[in-house]
Amino acid sequence: MTALIEAERLTILRPGSTEPVLQDIHFRIDPQEIITVVGPNGSGKSSLVRALLGHMPLASGRIERRRDLRIGYVPQRVQIDTAIPMTVRRFLSLPRRVSDGLAAQALARTGVEGIEKRQLTQLSGGQFQRVLLARALLHDPNLLVLDEPTQGLDQPGIVAFYKLIEEVRRETGAAVLMVSHDLLVVMRASDRVICLNGHICCEGTPQHVSSAPEYRALFGRGSEGTLALYEHHHDHDHDDDCADGAHHHHDHGHHHTEKQRA
Amino acid sequence: MLDDFFIRALLAGIGLALVAGPLGSFVVWRRMAYFGDSTAHAAILGVALALAFNLSIYAGTLLVALTMALVVTALVSRGQAMDTVLGVMAHSALAIGLVAISFVPTARSDLSAYLFGDILLVGKTDLLLIWGGSLAVLALLVWRWQRLLTATLNEELAMAAGIDPRFERLVLSIALAIVVALSIRVVGSLLISAILIVPSAAARGLARTPERMAAHASLIAAISVLAGLWSSLHLDTPAGPSIVAAAAAFFAFSLVFRRN
Repeated sequence: MTALIEAERLTILRPGSTEPVLQDIHFRIDPQEIITVVGPNGSGKSSLVRALLGHMPLASGRIERRRDLRIGYVPQRVQIDTAIPMTVRRFLSLPRRVSDGLAAQALARTGVEGIEKRQLTQLSGGQFQRVLLARALLHDPNLLVLDEPTQGLDQPGIVAFYKLIEEVRRETGAAVLMVSHDLLVVMRASDRVICLNGHICCEGTPQHVSSAPEYRALFGRGSEGTLALYEHHHDHDHDDDCADGAHHHHDHGHHHTEKQRA
Repeated sequence: MLDDFFIRALLAGIGLALVAGPLGSFVVWRRMAYFGDSTAHAAILGVALALAFNLSIYAGTLLVALTMALVVTALVSRGQAMDTVLGVMAHSALAIGLVAISFVPTARSDLSAYLFGDILLVGKTDLLLIWGGSLAVLALLVWRWQRLLTATLNEELAMAAGIDPRFERLVLSIALAIVVALSIRVVGSLLISAILIVPSAAARGLARTPERMAAHASLIAAISVLAGLWSSLHLDTPAGPSIVAAAAAFFAFSLVFRRN
């Protein structure tokens, strides 16, 4: 199958300067793939996303998009000004109008059914992110682009949101490109992780990236146990010393280990 | 019927109210209140130029208001702070306009007509221009409504849908310049942004969707025109300020009956 987006040797400059934010980026996303881009602040994560969407000029390199590419986009830090009265229903019809049925279906899929008449500014952070996701799903996308979609959510909210993303991928078959700083939670769901810091430091399966020295150099030693934790949680197959090691940083509301040890 | 100055004033006010609702709502949503003010203050310079070169007042104010809108947009996109640029431009234009007008002997006497408008002096040609311009701007806003609204709500979402937010901003700036030129006779340069902002601000508390807010704002503006003119006729108050004062009363009420 051909890639949804394929980019070669991208260089992107900081707006209004000659200093590159990103250099020599090769990037490819295939149908149904979940890719997570991680990196410290200012590492060019959002610039990469915006360039792939065509919102940012390239200093060099090229981007090819599959002809039938339909992107559903959730931008970073969407803030709705309280000066604008806006119901959830009206928001879903911007800029393309959709039928009530379609709107209701999208809201139901993201777990916020029946909130059409609520004002956007009165939603909780989690509800609002789900409405944004519902809006992104409206026009049958084959690629979802989510830029820091869990900002402002608490830990259980983040876990629930990523679960939802996995479900949506399974149901719709859409590929997912996600930018995140929630290293702990995000990686488990990803097929591929790209670690960015002005260039691609390392990329590959979550296991590969979390053990790569470049990744550890960027995120520090505290990051190394985290993935093992999720792997462990994932396959339920552990011996005691592994479980003990994992337990110490374990406060995200996962109860599998406890139950199995009891 | 059009021979009655009061009917002409009423029709002029209502023509303006129609477009003031939706355009004023955008001014409120985008927090462009000060931008509207500067464009309107600059209109006095347009009056001076029109009188000096024997142009129509509308042409002069439109020219200066458009220039003002474009210069401000350009300076801000070059990274200047919006409120500083506006503060400099608005008051400079007003000051230069007032100085320039002092050289035109005939205009000195009725300067206050341009600062505060004189809706009771609206003629048939004015009426035609006001309605023509108002309907044209309304059509422009309706045509681009979905795009303008998306770009106002969130620029990233707009861009992802293929909308250029800078272009939509330009559309609004031009619409604003046209409406400023149209209103100079009716409410005058100092109160133009009031007729845009006050009814929309009053409508905010009563509406749950952007369309409702725009429609309520037009209605409130039209009723304010009616009330202001009534007061002007029976209590001999100045018409333009009375219209704005009526809209302000609506705003005060809306604070009490706010629905969301």
